[in-house]
Amino acid sequence: MGITRDEVAHLARLSRMSVTDDELDALAPQLEAILSAVARVAEVAAADIPPTSHAVPLTNVFRPDVARPSLPAAEALAGAPAAEDGRFRVPRILDPDE
Amino acid sequence: MTDHPTFPDVVRLTAAATAAAIAAGELSAVEATQAALDRIAKVDDTIHAFLHVDAEGALAAARSVDERRAAGEALGPLAGVPLALKDVLTARDMPTTCGSRILEGWHAPYDATVVSRLRAADVVVLGKVNMDEFAMGSSTENSAYGPTRNPWDTTRIPGGSSGGSAAAVAAFEAPLAIGTDTGGSIRQPAAVCGLVGVKPTYGGVSRYGLVAFSSSLDQAGPLARTVTDAALLHAAIAGHDPLDSTSVDVPVPPVVEAAGRRDVRGLRVGVVRELAGEGYDPGVEAAFAAAVEALTELGAEVVEVSCPHFQYALAAYYLIAPSECSSNLARFDAMRFGLRLGDDGQAGAEEVMSRTREAGFGPEVKRRVILGTYALSSGYYDAYYGQAQKVRTLISRDFAAAFERVDVLVSPTTPTPAFPLGSKVDDPVAMYLSDLCTIPSNLAGGPAMSLPAGLVDGLPVGIQIMAPPFADDRLYLVGGALEEALDARRGHPLVAEAPAL
Repeated sequence: MGITRDEVAHLARLSRMSVTDDELDALAPQLEAILSAVARVAEVAAADIPPTSHAVPLTNVFRPDVARPSLPAAEALAGAPAAEDGRFRVPRILDPDE
Repeated sequence: MTDHPTFPDVVRLTAAATAAAIAAGELSAVEATQAALDRIAKVDDTIHAFLHVDAEGALAAARSVDERRAAGEALGPLAGVPLALKDVLTARDMPTTCGSRILEGWHAPYDATVVSRLRAADVVVLGKVNMDEFAMGSSTENSAYGPTRNPWDTTRIPGGSSGGSAAAVAAFEAPLAIGTDTGGSIRQPAAVCGLVGVKPTYGGVSRYGLVAFSSSLDQAGPLARTVTDAALLHAAIAGHDPLDSTSVDVPVPPVVEAAGRRDVRGLRVGVVRELAGEGYDPGVEAAFAAAVEALTELGAEVVEVSCPHFQYALAAYYLIAPSECSSNLARFDAMRFGLRLGDDGQAGAEEVMSRTREAGFGPEVKRRVILGTYALSSGYYDAYYGQAQKVRTLISRDFAAAFERVDVLVSPTTPTPAFPLGSKVDDPVAMYLSDLCTIPSNLAGGPAMSLPAGLVDGLPVGIQIMAPPFADDRLYLVGGALEEALDARRGHPLVAEAPAL
């Protein structure tokens, strides 16, 4: 299964990363090479094998429902690119034409 | 501080010896810390292990140790020992960059559990050390802040992604370091820098405050110059943590006791047939064979074991890890922390996010995010990510079958010694092969250690020891005995042969 330059551009958009033409030129053949290396997993007959998502499976991990102090708002905001009135300030999230 | 009357070269002491000297009042924690800081000042322009040195914080922590010792307080086995912390773990009083531009200058508002435990053990954190961006890489060349150099040969890579951790310990800037290992990122740098490095059992060390790359694989662990030092650090950071829901509530294996036992008579050791042959440097294979021979001489029963699915581990890993990374790194969205670019009042959030991630992530991170996004896309999910998860099951079954026959498995840690800086940066597939032997343990979750095996043309190489999940003590049992035998054979520890800087 190959991967085209257009597909890489599409995946970059899905990943919310602008990429330059130069980057696409470099990325497309590199991803092609990586994909042909990892495609080896298809050689393994594993139709009836259950998948593993975690090495050490744990289910329903609970801890006591005890109130603890939370991170103070000032500390949570201290690393923010922009803050206003005790909140994160973000760029507009809706398109003005919609 | 190199003119200390009892210890002419404080920085060359092991962590255990440093702590013992401090406990006995022969050396102060401030003297040990100042010696490390002086060493950093002397050699780090060349090595570039450190991204941030917290001299003031380190000396304050050391003074506190000295004061409490003077007041008669009983202190832990690593009290006053300096340590280098990989910059992927948060510490309130230091920046956390993960080797990325996107987090440049960011200060976490909380300590990672590993860091809290280090502080509770009175370990002196000297600062943050370099790494491949978000721990993605095998050479530390993917750091946005420039590469780290291998102290054995400064034209070569120190391994990665914990290259700063390994270089700091090998260059005698600190006797201990914390690294993290997702596909070999503690063991491979330990091997190519001539150190002991351990990836604990997944779930054995809390991931709270460890910035996630691949959550089902990431695990923090020790790097040190001796097996006992690694065990002391392992014991200090391990144990259940309610703040990490993947942390496992079982007792910490008796690693320190195991490191001191030095007896492997009757222990069954399996040599993994698939981790040899084509692609392996003959020098690496020779050093490995000599180490296995030493185990036989110590009375271990060595047999060959086949793990047929290990040959697919690399492929499965480079689907699973990028898939998880593409999801984990979505949090770097320019909204709540880190870099934000292009917020000009016109651009919307998506555009600001895209511009920021374009400028803030380096090439390897972009490759893996795109690869992961692809592998998780509808239409490809079953063929790639789903199939990789099934291969992961088969690799765990190979381990389980092998551990019915043997107590530990061994292999070379890496197929080759350290390669020259720059030689693989544009060939990701060649770079990925560095992790060939180390990845199976990450996929199956078991613990693994790299121990210095010998030198190949003056460059260190390692032997890897693998154990079943939660049998971390077996690594130290084998490592302690083998280290003693190999040190005796060459007349000194391997790291004593590191060239002067």
